[in-house]
Amino acid sequence: MKISVIITLKKDVLDPQGKVIHQTLDGMGFEDVNEVRQGKYFEIDTKETDNDRAKAKVEEMCKKLLANLVIENYKIIDPK
Amino acid sequence: MKSSVITFPGSNCDRDMDVALKKFGFKNKMVWHADAELPKSDLVVLPGGFSYGDYLRCGSMASKSKIMQSVINFANSGGMVMGICNGFQILVETGLVPGVLLRNKYLEFICKNVFVKINDKKNKYFKNIDNEVLEFHIAHNEGNYFCTNDQLKEIEDNNQIAINYCDENGKIEDQFNPNGSIKNIAGIFNKEKNVLGMMPHPERMIDTSLSGEDGSLFFKNLINNLK
Repeated sequence: MKISVIITLKKDVLDPQGKVIHQTLDGMGFEDVNEVRQGKYFEIDTKETDNDRAKAKVEEMCKKLLANLVIENYKIIDPK
Repeated sequence: MKSSVITFPGSNCDRDMDVALKKFGFKNKMVWHADAELPKSDLVVLPGGFSYGDYLRCGSMASKSKIMQSVINFANSGGMVMGICNGFQILVETGLVPGVLLRNKYLEFICKNVFVKINDKKNKYFKNIDNEVLEFHIAHNEGNYFCTNDQLKEIEDNNQIAINYCDENGKIEDQFNPNGSIKNIAGIFNKEKNVLGMMPHPERMIDTSLSGEDGSLFFKNLINNLK
């Protein structure tokens, strides 16, 4: 089963990379952009076949390694 | 005095640290990250570098390596653990010291000498140092210290800030902040002050012909404090 995770920076954390991407987009003519925040995306292929158990395991992975909860939030996308 | 320097895949200041520790009298051992046992040590150092290529977040992979469980146990039982640069990033990822190190504010890799002001001398790292300000070297891409407001309050209440970026006279101002760190923080302690994480490299300032002598002051003082 494949489970996806999206990691985003928390609202109050400065994202200099997102800022530079925003400025570059601006320079390219995409002038309507209000803000860009950069994040991370993971696809985890697990042997687990039970949906709930797999999600619980991935949540544990997020808390222990994939995200740093001081600055990041994680969102687990429901497996299809 | 016995010290151990941990080498992770991608560490590159481990041998500089070995040279520095030996120069000032430590009997140093190099310890591989995949070892489980920490040799008997009075000081454990997590050196600078780019452990695991800085994948995911700087220090995050190294913080889960085999030796780190022994280092964490050592620190929790009062052992002296010092993390320099990438070592500091590893320490925050273990949770031994609070906060995180973000990408530098202006997205530049910074490599230069800086001045830091010693904020607290009631600890074994800086006790008895005459100077208030030291000149150290920094070389990092992710040294922008950040923590939550609650953490900051706790850090300040417990006087856990070790050193702040400043000018040569010890003035702590925004213009002397190289990387955007909250409150110009360059290094912090854990609550008990046996664990120190800092971005500057004292091991690069131990030879006047190469750089400066303020690292010598630091290490001489450190070994005396541990005796």
